[in-house]
Amino acid sequence: MNDEIVTTAQPKSWDDQRIEVIIGTLLRTGVILAAAVVLFGGALYLVRHGHEIANYSTFHGEPESLKSAKDIVHGVFGMSARAIIQLGLLLLIATPVARVAFSAVAFAIEHDYMYVVITLIVLAILSYSLFASS
Amino acid sequence: MNILEFTGLIALGSLLAGFLGALTGLGGGVVVVPMLTLLFHVDIRYAIGASLVSVIATSSGAAAAYVREGYSNIRIGMFLETATTVGAVTGAAIAMHVSDSAIAIVFGLVLLYSAYLSSRHREEHDPNRQSSKLAEKLKLNGTCPTPQGKQPYAVTGVPAGYSLMFGAGVLSGLLGIGSGAVKVLAMDQAMKIPFKVSTTTSNFMIGVTAAASAGLYLNRGYVAPGIAMPVMLGVLAGSMIGARMLVKAKVKALRYLFAVVIVVLGFEMIFNGATGRL
Repeated sequence: MNDEIVTTAQPKSWDDQRIEVIIGTLLRTGVILAAAVVLFGGALYLVRHGHEIANYSTFHGEPESLKSAKDIVHGVFGMSARAIIQLGLLLLIATPVARVAFSAVAFAIEHDYMYVVITLIVLAILSYSLFASS
Repeated sequence: MNILEFTGLIALGSLLAGFLGALTGLGGGVVVVPMLTLLFHVDIRYAIGASLVSVIATSSGAAAAYVREGYSNIRIGMFLETATTVGAVTGAAIAMHVSDSAIAIVFGLVLLYSAYLSSRHREEHDPNRQSSKLAEKLKLNGTCPTPQGKQPYAVTGVPAGYSLMFGAGVLSGLLGIGSGAVKVLAMDQAMKIPFKVSTTTSNFMIGVTAAASAGLYLNRGYVAPGIAMPVMLGVLAGSMIGARMLVKAKVKALRYLFAVVIVVLGFEMIFNGATGRL
């Protein structure tokens, strides 16, 4: 009986396993890329502003230019150090979103449409959070 | 203090937080916010924004190592993420409308609770248990590698686990933490999922949950690059070093020490929140 479970469960779990390994690699690549961008922006930021006085004790919100993806990219082309850091953080936030999108494709390949729908719901919530403007 | 010193000290503190978090399995996120607010007097919303970012980094960075072992269950993770992400968006929305003191007090209580959870003894579940109909319909049952080969496990308590996951999402969005402790509680206690599967699937979910609220924090201007930069890089580097040393270190004493630190920080957050010092 034990053998039966193993033989019927094997192909499916192998597929899942392979998908998870791809997802793991995707996540790690995203994090490394994001960290590299943040590090570069951070170095630039410290060279330019390192000797100014730090003040974060009262909240006043970040300027418009550091909030939306469009403005951040615009700032990056202007070599703004803070915008480059922000771009790295944006890449980092996008990494799990990319993994969810990839999972939707993977479930579709497995013809598991119930999970395609579940995954698309998660993707919709994430997109709302990323693109909802204040 | 100039920006260079400020950045360096925060990076150092975050490195230590990430290191201890990975080594003890309690996550570095829980100490980042108290460190930034109590030690560096950073506004709590900036601290939460920076912490969320570091939570995504550690969760995603560690996932690659976890998935190879074959413990995590992507269906359980994805299904429960519908609850945690809605919770996270809700929590982030709440955070923008309540006072700093209220956030600090809730934070303190969650710190005390996580310390309590980490000290509790856990038992393995009965492998011959029947799974619930709902779990079967949702294809949540899976197999888990053991020394005796792959063992199937049955999942129950889906509604209770799902509700707890929504709560974990709210806390994550409100406080900028991974809420791994609540996620493991939902899977391990409510849904009777094997502990190894619970912890690795939880780690997998933390990044997606944190991303759901981090987007909102960024949009609303709560992510300050000057703070998020040293926190993210520090915690990430610290947790990578911690994960490498995990096998060699004597974790038990460290775990105890870290739990004591969390309790102290918990009381301090409640005290500072209640007296309006934040």
